[in-house]
Amino acid sequence: MELLRFATAGSVDDGKSTLIGRLLFDSKSIFEDQLESVERVSRQRGDEYTDLALLTDGLRAEREQGITIDVAYRYFATPARKFIIADTPGHVQYTRNMVTGNSTADLTLVLVDARKGIVEQTRRHAFLASLLRVPHLLLCVNKMDLVDYDREVFDAIREEFADFASRLELSDLSFIPISALCGDNVVQRSANMPWYEGASLLHHLEQVYISSDRNLIDPRLPVQWVVRPKANRHHDYRGYAGRVAGGVFRPGDEVMVLPSGLTTTVSAIDSYEEELEEAYPPMSVTVRLADDVDISRGDLICRPMNQPTVGQDLDAMVAWMGERTIQPGDFFQLKHTTRWVRAVVRDLHYRLDVNTLHRDESASRLGLNDVGRITFRVTQPLFYDSYRRNRTTGSFILADEATNVTVGAGMLLGPD
Amino acid sequence: MDRGSGGAPGPGRYQLTQLRSIESQSVHIIREVAAEFERPVLLFSGGKDSVVMLHLARRAFWPGRIPFPVMHVDTGHNFPEVLEFRDRTVAEMGASLVVASVQDSIDAGRVTEDPGPNASRNRLQTRTLLDAIAEHKFDAVFGGARRDEEKARAKERVFSFRDEFGQWDPKNQRPELWSLYNGRHRAGEHIRVFPLSDWTELDIWAYVADQGIELPSIYYAHRREVFRRDGMLLATGPYVALGEDEDVFETTVRYRTVGDMTCTGAVESTATSAEAIVAEVAASRLTERGATRADDRTSEAAMEDRKREGYF
Repeated sequence: MELLRFATAGSVDDGKSTLIGRLLFDSKSIFEDQLESVERVSRQRGDEYTDLALLTDGLRAEREQGITIDVAYRYFATPARKFIIADTPGHVQYTRNMVTGNSTADLTLVLVDARKGIVEQTRRHAFLASLLRVPHLLLCVNKMDLVDYDREVFDAIREEFADFASRLELSDLSFIPISALCGDNVVQRSANMPWYEGASLLHHLEQVYISSDRNLIDPRLPVQWVVRPKANRHHDYRGYAGRVAGGVFRPGDEVMVLPSGLTTTVSAIDSYEEELEEAYPPMSVTVRLADDVDISRGDLICRPMNQPTVGQDLDAMVAWMGERTIQPGDFFQLKHTTRWVRAVVRDLHYRLDVNTLHRDESASRLGLNDVGRITFRVTQPLFYDSYRRNRTTGSFILADEATNVTVGAGMLLGPD
Repeated sequence: MDRGSGGAPGPGRYQLTQLRSIESQSVHIIREVAAEFERPVLLFSGGKDSVVMLHLARRAFWPGRIPFPVMHVDTGHNFPEVLEFRDRTVAEMGASLVVASVQDSIDAGRVTEDPGPNASRNRLQTRTLLDAIAEHKFDAVFGGARRDEEKARAKERVFSFRDEFGQWDPKNQRPELWSLYNGRHRAGEHIRVFPLSDWTELDIWAYVADQGIELPSIYYAHRREVFRRDGMLLATGPYVALGEDEDVFETTVRYRTVGDMTCTGAVESTATSAEAIVAEVAASRLTERGATRADDRTSEAAMEDRKREGYF
């Protein structure tokens, strides 16, 4: 069975938590004790109907305020697929949580209130999904029951959004009219909207094609750990453990190790107690090489004819998550694949308005939840690809040197 | 046993099954911790999640040994079958075992046991755990918690920061992007690491079946003397005092979780294999903690409150 990870984003009132509650409920992924607990709390609060949002708002503060504060992860399965939902808050002050939820998503589900149409948040969510290069974007027009299931309302929203989306880099965009509260087009196609001929939301999630979303072209293995058993049975064993970040590796392949530039061949690919014929993303494997070369954590195994960019000057889009600002001259700890390096901000090219996509080139700093283009200089060369080409070798995080808190997410720009 | 291509069929070439995908993610997490921390430790209770976590650690470093010790926070109220299993498993792997004892914490006056014949030592474990982390200077602590277990846990990061008091601050967690984990911390602080974050109860059982992983015998159907309390079946034993209207009877049960005997309930079942349990879990209408853990029933936010204090 396949796994689909999707992120949801929505504003406080557009019914996101209700939709997730509905998906869990209708796919029978909610247990009786969870439902009883939600019904009890709903009654205590005097709600008129059982508030399915209580299923997903896990923290005391969230339940008290009736809002989602942090990313929550939810799990459900149908006979077709298993799903992980990264349920993120929609308000601008939680942009960093949205970025977090989207960083690992195969699909982003953006909710729009049919009565309100496209609002600032809709554009921000769609932009963040495109910035994080989530392969599939799905716009659900919710609360169709409150606009009499009117096709014209749906069509107008779809056209307006498609116009905006043409300015983003999106590879796949779909639209579904739903009512999370009533269940229209969530699991089953709705009889209330015969004019809609597409799939229900759940059917779309089950069927969307994700197999081609990974990079199977550029072999990349960042070395995490050197396996040296130092035991009699495996006396001469030396293996390089890591998670394949791109391409396909096979025994017999000629490979190059960076930064040394030495070439050798793959003698075996080990999993637990067995040898594999091939390894591809996102498999965790241990590779043995024909020659004794000096390799340690932070090195990268690739192919001699297909190498990543090697460099100390990084040009990247940065989503800023720190309470303090970032500006030229600031130092950070930067983690890229399996390597921590020190980084200094050389240049801030522009701040991007996440609502209008306007580039403010006069900006001198980025504040919390800002996005901008920054050039860094790092203490050691990194082996990277553009984020567009590879989400693993093209991404990095920044940590504050004093507090150690993660303060930024970087997406590397490159020649392609 | 097929160890190479487990999970249900379906995905095309170069597409991992869901089970292989989360397995690979867990192995990646475990290796990151071994590489970036000085003194990691893996919490091992003998419960199914910690057994799967230990198995994944073994996979991560094979054919090398697991490069960190294993720690059991022992409430002193354990099922004897689980203790026997713990000692045997750790010995077979050649791992070193640290036992942190709640009884020692009580004897040393570090914690006070609740009065009454049925007091659970569940909450007391937090003090013992934090003391052991400080004593051994552990900087990363692997836990087998899963996000599907409980609503506060659904908010948990894979790398979860704890301050010098061992506290979790759920409203102020570090952003966690891609698979770039940030384990940076100062002396005295530590990171809790949850490699099984994305696993569900069903995944655990499917994996146990797929890999042929051995579990303590109480996970499988067996005859046991039990009594009913708060809708749960509790085992009779030296740590449990019966109320006047609580009648003991023998039936066929299995456990869905393994914890303190005083607060862990059994479910009636005839499932004697992991495969049979997969079928039962798939049809179950109650969460495992809701069904069998009195410690989570205290309040709506019982788990969040305990986690803030430094609980697992």
